[in-house]
Amino acid sequence: MPVVQGAELRSEDLARLTEDLPLARGLGRAYGDAALPAPNDRLIAGTTLADRILSFDPDTGVLTAEGGLSLDELCRLFLPRGFFTPVSPGTRFVTLGGMVACDVHGKNHHREGTFGRHVLFLTVRTGAGDVVRCSPDEHGDLFHATIGGMGLTGVILTVTVRLARVPSMAIVEECERAEDIDQSLDALKSASAQWPMTAGWIDCLASGRHMGRGVVFRGRWAEPNEVPPSPRSLPRNLSVPIDVPGWLLSEPTVRTFNALIYWRYGVRGRSAIVHPYTFLYPLDAVSHWTRLYGSRGFTQYQCVLPDGSGRAAVTRLLSVLTRRGGASFLTVIKDCGAEGSGLLSFPRPGISIAVDLPMRHHTQALVDALNEVVIAEGGRIYLAKDALTRREHFQAMEPRLDAFLAVRRKWDPEQRIRSAQSVRLFGW
Amino acid sequence: MVTRPANVVVLGATKGMGRAVARRMAERGDRVFLLGRDLEELQLSAADLKSRSAGADEVGIAQCDLQRPETFETALEQAETALGPLDIVVVTAAQFATQDRLEQDTDLAHRLLTVNFANTVMFCELARKRLIARGGGTLCVFSSVAGERGRKRVVLYGASKAGLSGYLEGLDHRYRREGLVTVCVKPGFVTTSMTEGLPRPPFAGDADAVAKRVLDAIDRRKPVVYAPAAWAFVMFWIRLLPRFVMRRLDF
Repeated sequence: MPVVQGAELRSEDLARLTEDLPLARGLGRAYGDAALPAPNDRLIAGTTLADRILSFDPDTGVLTAEGGLSLDELCRLFLPRGFFTPVSPGTRFVTLGGMVACDVHGKNHHREGTFGRHVLFLTVRTGAGDVVRCSPDEHGDLFHATIGGMGLTGVILTVTVRLARVPSMAIVEECERAEDIDQSLDALKSASAQWPMTAGWIDCLASGRHMGRGVVFRGRWAEPNEVPPSPRSLPRNLSVPIDVPGWLLSEPTVRTFNALIYWRYGVRGRSAIVHPYTFLYPLDAVSHWTRLYGSRGFTQYQCVLPDGSGRAAVTRLLSVLTRRGGASFLTVIKDCGAEGSGLLSFPRPGISIAVDLPMRHHTQALVDALNEVVIAEGGRIYLAKDALTRREHFQAMEPRLDAFLAVRRKWDPEQRIRSAQSVRLFGW
Repeated sequence: MVTRPANVVVLGATKGMGRAVARRMAERGDRVFLLGRDLEELQLSAADLKSRSAGADEVGIAQCDLQRPETFETALEQAETALGPLDIVVVTAAQFATQDRLEQDTDLAHRLLTVNFANTVMFCELARKRLIARGGGTLCVFSSVAGERGRKRVVLYGASKAGLSGYLEGLDHRYRREGLVTVCVKPGFVTTSMTEGLPRPPFAGDADAVAKRVLDAIDRRKPVVYAPAAWAFVMFWIRLLPRFVMRRLDF
């Protein structure tokens, strides 16, 4: 298993800190090695102390903040004022800079696209050492390479983004059970035609005619008159106190867990008015949930299979997963909308599939096998979740890579910005 | 008596624990005025505080440098002109350097001792007069657990903070009857940029947790507050250690 050693240095003055440390790390929620130092580098700039809000215009919703501001803090301050991030990933423990660098997507991707679509300006400390303000019209090449560029074009010092106005502090959530993969995909598609937020969970261990059974979740912001007068409270936070022993995470446990979720959501489905966090960040309610995977830990794998490749491709991917024993607690599917403007941005029209992969001796072989399916179908993987993809596989699935590297070379001619992931996937 | 919303001056609010204290005060509706060395940094922090709550007033700023005592009076005057009579004055600004660096660089050592003790005390004296003149108020100053015992790792820094803690205790005894509440904050190890790169001991805390305890101490008029809370217990035992044990310990 690959091991990376390094340390993070933090300062409120991110601009000064990044004169010497060109690779940044935010809240460290990437599942792979994107924010880990390259071999032979040791120090990395931690951004989380650079967390000031520099301006906010309540008339337009335009917010400018330093790159280390967390989404958690943003939600805490602006949700009560009727504003919310236009696009949210599945956790609020990420920084604005990280959201730009990964060009995150969420349950509303089919409508709102990625986070980058809502970004107006960025200031970036480039690899060459300059602080450059960029937007689609001003140094557009740097802007589009930085959106989804995994921090490799420079450190994102400030982000200007247009927040979305929301009518209440509650979400109307509905769920619908699906008995196999066809039903799951159909339910997701029809939900997305009418609902602004959708995603599906599937039981990756169910096989035979139940393969791909699951639950499709759909949601929309509640109108003020739908929300009961008592505020939607959050369930108490749970915590996993210690690393769970490895043997507990066996196939039977995962099978039971998956079956419980499946049966919990009843045959007729369920409709409820819930706190936005309950709908958007179910895992944030369990502190240290990653300890469920024990001391060996886990990684994730997320890919998108393009619309044209059809259902058979999804089935093929799932059967590789099942056959090779990739017992995943959570397998999440999402229909993606239009591709974003970021040169390496992940989503494209099609079906995205995300799985947890406990680290085992065969995990590398499993990822290789999954990547071969993705390459054959013309899909691609999500770098924020990748720890194990091989360089040749990534090159085969990314025709956009050369364009990205050209921009990277222009703004970082001495190749100072390197991460463990960039060395693994691009050689520098 | 502190009324709400309070008029608050914070010296050192652009970073670390000062930033966290100022944010909590601004968010609960207090009217905050910022003092610090760097005007540009002050502007950014003022914008941050204003953006954090709907309909907040502009947050005023003025330059005040603990290395230059001649800036103190003007800065406090500007604050009082902007806010009206002051209710709370918070001082979090200070210098820090490791014992090794201070031993190598005598100029730096002299500067640190002057800033952390003599100049901080002079600033507090001016603030005290203003608070008492309006009938009383709260002076909340960040000292350190490093001032509790002489220790090998923090001989000079600890001495500057020991002096400051002694001054604050004296103030509390002398002026409490005239309405001046003194709150001496003794942070243990807190992960801020000041301590970045130092080995992280047990019971290390974060700036926001400290800020929460400090606001509580101000509201409850507590003369001394350790933060994070575990340090009250740790320091209780460290104060009891006999000298021959301290001499052998390497911390």
